Amino acid sequence: MLRFEHVYKRYPDAGEALTDINFDLSKGEMAFLTGRSGAGKSTLLKLIAMMEQCTRGTIMLDGQNISRISDRKIPYLRRNLGLIFQDYKLLNDRTVFDNVALPLIVSGINHQEVSRRVRASLDKVSLLGKEKKYPLHLSGGEQQRVGIARAIVNKPKLILADEPTGNLDPGLSAEVMHMFEEFKYNGTSVLIATHDIELINRLGHRVLTLDKGHLIAS
Amino acid sequence: MKKPKTIRKHQQSLKDKLVEKFEAYLLNHAHGLFSSLGRLTRTPFTSAMTILVLAVAISLAGGFYIVVGNIQQLTGNLEASNQMSLFLKDNITDSAGQKLADQLKQHPSSEAVKFITKKQAMDEFKANSGFGEALTALDTNPLPSVIQVQPKNSLDSNDDIEKLMAEFKQLPQVDFVQVDMQWIERMQTIMLIASRAVFLVSLLLGFAVTFITGNTIRLELHHRRDEVYISKLVGATLAFIQRPFLYCGFWLGFIAGFSAWLIITIMLLIVESPVEKLSTLYNSAFELQFLGFFEFLALLLLASGLAVLGSWGVLHYQLRQLKPQ
Repeated sequence: MLRFEHVYKRYPDAGEALTDINFDLSKGEMAFLTGRSGAGKSTLLKLIAMMEQCTRGTIMLDGQNISRISDRKIPYLRRNLGLIFQDYKLLNDRTVFDNVALPLIVSGINHQEVSRRVRASLDKVSLLGKEKKYPLHLSGGEQQRVGIARAIVNKPKLILADEPTGNLDPGLSAEVMHMFEEFKYNGTSVLIATHDIELINRLGHRVLTLDKGHLIAS
Repeated sequence: MKKPKTIRKHQQSLKDKLVEKFEAYLLNHAHGLFSSLGRLTRTPFTSAMTILVLAVAISLAGGFYIVVGNIQQLTGNLEASNQMSLFLKDNITDSAGQKLADQLKQHPSSEAVKFITKKQAMDEFKANSGFGEALTALDTNPLPSVIQVQPKNSLDSNDDIEKLMAEFKQLPQVDFVQVDMQWIERMQTIMLIASRAVFLVSLLLGFAVTFITGNTIRLELHHRRDEVYISKLVGATLAFIQRPFLYCGFWLGFIAGFSAWLIITIMLLIVESPVEKLSTLYNSAFELQFLGFFEFLALLLLASGLAVLGSWGVLHYQLRQLKPQ
């Protein structure tokens, strides 16, 4: 599903952020990406989300080489990804429904189908009935679940989550993690960047550890 | 031969899918069209200010255009005629004048000849100039008799006209000859300059409309950059992202164009009655021209076109700069 082969990322002013990264993530596999702040977690996720391009090496996503890709193709490839952020990145002037529907509208899905899939997606994160609410009227945990609903509504092949539980209390964090485990059973691969070691240990999935840009455990 | 069922089914579903995609695309456009209008009404003050500035610029250009159009209508009636006026010497009697006119009728180059006696000239002048009362105070009639000669159409080159003019000047009864064309030409040249000036001013104001809209869209883009980031992250194409902004630019131009038309029409209505009064004072059939239907359409089209152009330019440049972090 996702393969890194000798991937390097160097920033002109900040030096090498990632050095010779090699790993594989298969279909339906869930893995944690961990390491201290500045170890390169965010950089690695940005490479997969095509927000940055790697300096050297090859990144394969679902059979496509995304390390060298034209700007025009990026939108279509991003539709295979579900992105989840620590700060949720919701549009506060739009309803929950409109937020979750955005990836579908962007892909040109017709109206009835959008409505059906948004409701199915909200059902999965137990937010059915809150479609008409605005994000700021929801609790932090609920906002993150809206973010998750938005990430899964397009049936992505890979979900990337950047510190998804960073702003949530332990109870909510565990709840969110269980949601991710469910997606995994549907054949979606999940890669979660976090430094919540305790949670990682408790769940017992594969862990990729970064240290100063090197992958030290996989 | 019948196609296998599975292929037909496949084609059917492909067709359905395309139709669905197309419907979604149209819906997306319709949504862009109306939601951008809704967005403008949500910040009524800002929108009104921008539209007003645009409308003033457009109505200046359109106003100049219609003023020149009206003056052209006035001079346009005076078709470039080659009519010559032969002013006769003061001592020529009416009967001698008439005799000369009859002779000129036989001239191979003349098409039509009209003799105007001193008295007729005076009567006409009294009736049309508005100096009627004052003129009665004069002891003698200062106006000369005139023979108007309309040359044949075959004589349209300036050389021919000048030759004929020189010939008429040689006649002992004639004081001097004037060709009407000369002052019409001068007038038409002035009008040519005026319409060029209107074109240049309109060009500048068109640039203004383009840049004002572009800047408004730039601010709007800055205001909504989170939305742009997030849309990019969930796989929106550039075309999708810029669509609502382009529609926003379109509405600004369209509404400004319509407002400009209103402004011009109201201004013309304000000057209409004094112009009419002036026109009757001069016994003229002049009627103030308003913007016609096609000119109105052209105004809307130009205004919205320039606004969309300005928005597109800014989006083209700025959307590439806005990269999700």
